[in-house]
Amino acid sequence: MKKLLLFSIVTLVGLTFIGRMIYLQVVISEELKLEAENNSVKTVYDYPERGFIYDRNGELMVANQVAYDVMVIPKETGDFDLNKLAGLLKMDESRLEKKLKTARIWSTKQASVIIPQLTQEEYAPLQEQLRKFPGFYIQRRSLRKYQVDHSASVLGYIREVNQGKINEDDYYVQGDLAGKSGIELQYEKELRGEKGYKKYTRDHYGRAIESYKNGSSDLAPIAGTDLTVTLDKELQEYAEKLMINKRGGIVAIEPKTGEILSLITAPNYDPSLLMGRDRSKNINAILRDTVRLPDVNRVLQGQYAPGSPFKVINALIGLQEGVTTPQERFRCNHGYDYGGRKKMACHSHASPLAMSKGIAESCNAYFAQVYRRIIEKGETSSQGMDTWHDHVTSFGLGNYLGYDLPVGQPGRIPDGEYYTSRYKYKWYAPTTISNAIGQGEVAVTPIQLANMTAAIANRGYFYTPHIIKKMNGEPIDNPKYTTKNFTTIDAKHFEPVIEGMNEVYNSGTAKYVKIPEIEICGKTGTVENFAKVNGVRKQQTDHSVFIAFAPKDDPKIAIAVFIENGYWGSRYAAKIASLLIEKHIKGEITRTDLEDYLMSHSLEYEYAKKLGKEPYNINVAVDQGLITDEKERKLHQLVDSLNLKILK
Amino acid sequence: MGIGDRPKYDIAAILIYTALVFIGLFSIYSAAPVLEYTSITDINQVYGKQFLFIGVCALLIIIILAIEVKFYEQFAGLIYVVSMLSLAGLYIFGKEVNGAVSWYPIGSFTFQPSEFAKFATALAVAKFLSQLNVSLKNVRDFMIVAGIIALPALLIVPQPDPGSALIYTAFFFALHREGLSLWYLSLGIIALALFLAALVINIWWIILIIVVVVAIIYLLSRKRKHNKRLPKPRIYLYVIATFICIAYTLSTSYIFNNILEDRHRNRIDIVLGRVQDDAGIGYNINQSMIAIGNGGWAGKPLEEATQTRGGYVPEQHTDFVFSAIGEVSGLLGTSITILLFMFLIYRIIIMAERQRNQFARIYGYGVAGIFFLHFFVNVGMVIGLLPTVGIPLPFMSYGGSGLMGFTILLFIFIKLDAHRMSYDH
Repeated sequence: MKKLLLFSIVTLVGLTFIGRMIYLQVVISEELKLEAENNSVKTVYDYPERGFIYDRNGELMVANQVAYDVMVIPKETGDFDLNKLAGLLKMDESRLEKKLKTARIWSTKQASVIIPQLTQEEYAPLQEQLRKFPGFYIQRRSLRKYQVDHSASVLGYIREVNQGKINEDDYYVQGDLAGKSGIELQYEKELRGEKGYKKYTRDHYGRAIESYKNGSSDLAPIAGTDLTVTLDKELQEYAEKLMINKRGGIVAIEPKTGEILSLITAPNYDPSLLMGRDRSKNINAILRDTVRLPDVNRVLQGQYAPGSPFKVINALIGLQEGVTTPQERFRCNHGYDYGGRKKMACHSHASPLAMSKGIAESCNAYFAQVYRRIIEKGETSSQGMDTWHDHVTSFGLGNYLGYDLPVGQPGRIPDGEYYTSRYKYKWYAPTTISNAIGQGEVAVTPIQLANMTAAIANRGYFYTPHIIKKMNGEPIDNPKYTTKNFTTIDAKHFEPVIEGMNEVYNSGTAKYVKIPEIEICGKTGTVENFAKVNGVRKQQTDHSVFIAFAPKDDPKIAIAVFIENGYWGSRYAAKIASLLIEKHIKGEITRTDLEDYLMSHSLEYEYAKKLGKEPYNINVAVDQGLITDEKERKLHQLVDSLNLKILK
Repeated sequence: MGIGDRPKYDIAAILIYTALVFIGLFSIYSAAPVLEYTSITDINQVYGKQFLFIGVCALLIIIILAIEVKFYEQFAGLIYVVSMLSLAGLYIFGKEVNGAVSWYPIGSFTFQPSEFAKFATALAVAKFLSQLNVSLKNVRDFMIVAGIIALPALLIVPQPDPGSALIYTAFFFALHREGLSLWYLSLGIIALALFLAALVINIWWIILIIVVVVAIIYLLSRKRKHNKRLPKPRIYLYVIATFICIAYTLSTSYIFNNILEDRHRNRIDIVLGRVQDDAGIGYNINQSMIAIGNGGWAGKPLEEATQTRGGYVPEQHTDFVFSAIGEVSGLLGTSITILLFMFLIYRIIIMAERQRNQFARIYGYGVAGIFFLHFFVNVGMVIGLLPTVGIPLPFMSYGGSGLMGFTILLFIFIKLDAHRMSYDH
């Protein structure tokens, strides 16, 4: 026994060890091999350059520039002076500590971004100093370089992907940039290209030793696609200028193609604000501005009552349904009595009026009566309402248009069912009479309004509005954007309505904003609106709205302008529309008086009203927005003041 | 030396030794922290140094085998005293490396006396026990032997190098061969089992288990009353045993939780699976297992042995050299290495058993025990079965003192064995 003890123990231990080796090297070997690869194979991503964005004339709008990220590999930092590093990085000590903790949680062995997107100037002084902190280094990366200081909301921006995005699309890894809004988001896949990678084996310090498997598993990057968009950079810039100190939006569409020539939401900001090291601060300033809402794209997401421009649709439906003729005259007794003591008011003008003058004078009584006939043509009000609804929605109203930008709202065009479920009692045409003049239950987005105008300009059809024109110089070939969408109105019915819209410029509500040598057709709108002020619903100064297209016989541009609280249509919206039409068609401005007015007037006083505690008047006859101070006026005329106004 | 007697050196043991040394050299070569390999004799690299140490060992072997065989027995006492002095001297002249004062600086090299204390102690134990009037059954003699073994361990523990001190428990096998009851080993195992159980299970359960087990043993032993060779079971002895067990469990658990340092506690916790910590203290073991697993069946060519090349396993050319073998030569290499160690120890036991001389036999068992314990603790640690204890793998881990110490340990025995026919008192 005593001779065998050590002998048997050695045997037992030896066999146990061999068993363990079989377990490690055969049974679970594959798992351990995977861990070994995680350990030792370093994947270095090779990012292709993001595609450029050009305007319709080939003018560069968005390019790229080199930026620098401060990176950390937590495992390699060792002990360091947090205070000193925070000073060097110009960062709060507690914020830096938080960042480092997040990085450690993500991975101790892999690099995390501590400060993203330093510019060349910010980077230079860091470069030398940072070497004293092992584990920290600077990584080059490609960032956007904006050639324009406007159009931020339509161009969109790129931002580091968050965990949600990584989980949802395994293309992305921590630290990748991706489009977050606008064109950058819509065409992210095209713009970004496909990143490639190179694999290296690395040692336990993370240093690359040699290429993994002789580079056989490496992947070459695919370059990003250059986009040509339908925007006209010059028109866009001019429009942004005109919109300074106003809130609202502009959409201009080329009716023959559905291409979006200009898309403005105001207030807007310089896209470069969302880059560099103040980028987080600026993004927060924009997102948190719940008063001016620079983050909301008003032309895509804002749902407004369309007001008088909607009357032309009712005229068209009236003709199509045969309930009136272009020649029929309707009486207006400073309004229209539609039952009992109820009356829809109207302003002073000659009476009775036929269609052309009715549109030109924007007579409420005229359209109330036409609308009533349309609804009452149905066997029930509900059926009449459904017919009306189908006509209206054929103009692209009441639903998402299907344009290629990532945000939108459907708006609202009520049908019979809408009122039946809303009212317990039986309802009749007068119940919904506000729809006749584009108030009431009707709601549209400005881009729908512009598209509706394009459909009128085309005499009965529209192309789905879109922003993409070419990819890598090749014109796009998407049937969605090259197929005509026909309205339910026959082409012949458009002429008398278009005559009326032309009359708006010749003798009607827009006669003071005529552009020499261009036959413009338009329609003003003055939209009642309400806001909650200190918890109480209160009527505000009317929105100024205008739609137009030109030239009358060969339309090159259809436009919708929406100015919040600009009062009547021709005070602000029509002026802007006229100038943009002139700019687009002539390439120069002759109505400098209109330009001067817009450049010298601010609506900020109007917007300030509801924020103050003082009681205030609305719809004041004289525009109080004139900027008298010479210095402020100069500042006001600079596009740069966009930034100052928004991010003070 | 008897007339006409030629020494018969044990070829098997020498071959196994040579194989292990060169597998070790190759593993150190693959585990070297270099970006570009140079010649294996490049003295600036660890493998070049190990190559040099092997050369020194060859010289040492010649000297050991050339010395008159009786020298080792006659000078055992002196060698032991010198060795103990060298250990004690560390506290005055020692150099601190990695937090332990275990080395003397000699030029650009360092010398680790604890590696030499093993053969010195083995010689001393063999010398003392082989005296005619000495018996382990005599309490005084037992205490002296225990003292000879404990002295170097006690000198080494505070360096601190608890791993090297642990090796001295290997002498149990030599003592057992000379008649020490297995009870001592059983006591040790019970002590260890209670200690580990206290960490994993609630202490009240353990107390309950102790009481139940002791009660069962008592009841069983009462049935054997007719067996007159055994002492009569006395109830109070069982009660005392029970209390000792409980007191021991409580006190070790207290020591573990309140007196041991975190780093020691963590090592044990990780092996017991009480904590999972692959980034911290568990990093070594985890990385070591990854490297071994990455080797698979047949191992990987050097350029694909990413873990070893990348230096992921700390101490991969010293204590963790077995992991480099695992990755570079796979299951094939690791099994061969394990088998070589088994055969070496078997061979030494066989050689010890054929000694006519008690001194040589005790020394042989000492050698076998020491190799076994190193093999067991080191490989067990590298493959994740035992806590991290920093001791080298004999003949394979990088280090001159270690390689020389083990070489001397083995070749003194080969020398004694070669003269077994003529060598007696």
